[in-house]
Amino acid sequence: MSGEGLTVRGLRVTFDGFTAVDGVDLDIRPGDLRFLIGPNGAGKTTLVDAVTGLVRASGSVRFGGEELLGRPVHRIARLGIGRTFQTATVFEELTVLQNLDIAAGAGRGPLTMLRRRKGVPEEVTRALETTGLTALRDRPAGVLAHGQKQWLEIGMLLVKDVRLLLLDEPVAGMSHDEREATGRLLRRISEDRTVVVIEHDMDFMRSFAHSVSVLHAGKVLSEGSVTEVQADARVQEVYLGRASEPEPAAVPVTEEA
Amino acid sequence: MTTTTSPAGTTATEPPVTAPPFLERFRVPGAFLLGAVLLLGIAPLVLSDFRLNLLAKYLCYAVVAVGVSLAWGRGGLLVLGQGVFFGLGGYAMAMHLKLADAAVTGQTLPDFMQLYGTGDALPWWWKPFADPAFAALAATVLLPMAVATLLGFFVFRRRVKGAYFAILSQALAAAFAVWLVGQQATTGGTNGLTDIQGFFGYDLDDPVNQRMVYLIVAGVLLLLMAAARQLFVSRYGELLVAVRDSEERVRFLGYNPANVKLVAYVVAAGMAGLAGALFVPAVGIISPALIGIVPSIGFVIGAAVGGRASLLGAVLGAVAVAWTQSTLSDAYPAAWTYLQGLLFVVAVGFLPGGLASLVTVLRRKRRTTHDPVTGGAA
Repeated sequence: MSGEGLTVRGLRVTFDGFTAVDGVDLDIRPGDLRFLIGPNGAGKTTLVDAVTGLVRASGSVRFGGEELLGRPVHRIARLGIGRTFQTATVFEELTVLQNLDIAAGAGRGPLTMLRRRKGVPEEVTRALETTGLTALRDRPAGVLAHGQKQWLEIGMLLVKDVRLLLLDEPVAGMSHDEREATGRLLRRISEDRTVVVIEHDMDFMRSFAHSVSVLHAGKVLSEGSVTEVQADARVQEVYLGRASEPEPAAVPVTEEA
Repeated sequence: MTTTTSPAGTTATEPPVTAPPFLERFRVPGAFLLGAVLLLGIAPLVLSDFRLNLLAKYLCYAVVAVGVSLAWGRGGLLVLGQGVFFGLGGYAMAMHLKLADAAVTGQTLPDFMQLYGTGDALPWWWKPFADPAFAALAATVLLPMAVATLLGFFVFRRRVKGAYFAILSQALAAAFAVWLVGQQATTGGTNGLTDIQGFFGYDLDDPVNQRMVYLIVAGVLLLLMAAARQLFVSRYGELLVAVRDSEERVRFLGYNPANVKLVAYVVAAGMAGLAGALFVPAVGIISPALIGIVPSIGFVIGAAVGGRASLLGAVLGAVAVAWTQSTLSDAYPAAWTYLQGLLFVVAVGFLPGGLASLVTVLRRKRRTTHDPVTGGAA
């Protein structure tokens, strides 16, 4: 797994003169469970958009020795990089099983594509077990609960043998129990993959993060373990405007524009 | 909606519909067999020559609808310009038949060229159509598919979609019809290619041969429905629905949605081309008025009314709408266009699943009134 980490150098994203990401450097080791936090508009989602090819960016993003910038979205995805979105996007009219099967299938030959699916591919079975959705596999994804849709999305990354997962606010809108279950799921996943999580929920971050990067106004403000970041005076400044430990209540939890 | 962590305790909104396994297994082949018996066995027995010939014409529209069901119903591509491909197939077939007719009487030029043409020589692009193999297979099916590949390649890669795609398709149909009208000397202009006598050596005036044409059309329709059904239930069919639901998401899974849509578009174009080719011996004419904007909209209305995502719905809808059209447009020629527009708006606006979804919609409605809890969640 060595050399498969994510290395970002001097990443810059500009929209019509507004610089959303302003020279970000990041080193995320393989097997890390990294949280990206920061106030609204800090550039967290834009950073993930740039890594996955959704927005044009300058600088360098390397994963497993491959340069990602300039490649189209579906090619980056084929390199083993998967992401989820703030609002869960699953294929509502297809069943859980069909969702996972499609996710597993990029790169299938035309003959396989033209045939009906027979049985359940092994990686799909494994993803169903990991995400706890086995009993729901024949349900249309549209009727799943909010948390289950997020797990299905994560499952759709797992079946592809994704090595880097970028998750955008996976626990937003989840109940306490669902958050705990999601956190445990992320821990299991990060055992043999690299996971990057954008999150506003500080309790969740404190419970599950291995390492944390704080973004502010398009730049990396602070980086380190949860304790290190919490002790950083600049982080407290950004979050609270006063020198004290960040409290969950004071942290903005609204969706990022 | 309540949320729970245990997968077993999920909110059930859709109780699984369980049909007896035996019935379920033979439902589709059974329906197919029934259709074959009706179309190939009973219809030729009970219908007069005139009615059977009309049915052949409607079934040609149904063949187009099979493609529309794939591209629009499953792929979300509102193909408002199928007239282009229908026309390509139709003209390719008609050009060959005109040349064959001329050869029978010892002429080198089709009749209309002798009237309007500028010289004695056949235009160079007519020449390949003298070869029956080229005309019957390559030009009627592969030519529309090649054109669709070229078009689709640019359109889908540029991520043109939704209404823009529909308008673009529509404009192409209009442009093609206008071009044909302008080429009086080589395409027959507004008149189109008319008065077709023979079909690969068989006299089309003979009722027996007309019945044969009907049987070919019906057979092709059944075959294409079987092929489309296979596409629907295949992994490709699932992927196509996924592209329709969320193209962006499919891209993040490592597929190129442009290629997925291209396949559906090209297959639908091939079916429309074949339908056009069969239309010519069945009706005896192909003209710009049969492939322009209004007929292009007509091709999708049948599918919309019957249910575009359901193969059988689209086919029955196409036949029903074509039948209504020829019945009503005889009596009230002006009223039909309004009714056609109204049908389209009502079907797309209020019953997106078409008549095929009526049963499901009514059933759901009844359940809602019975059980307010699941109704609220649905």
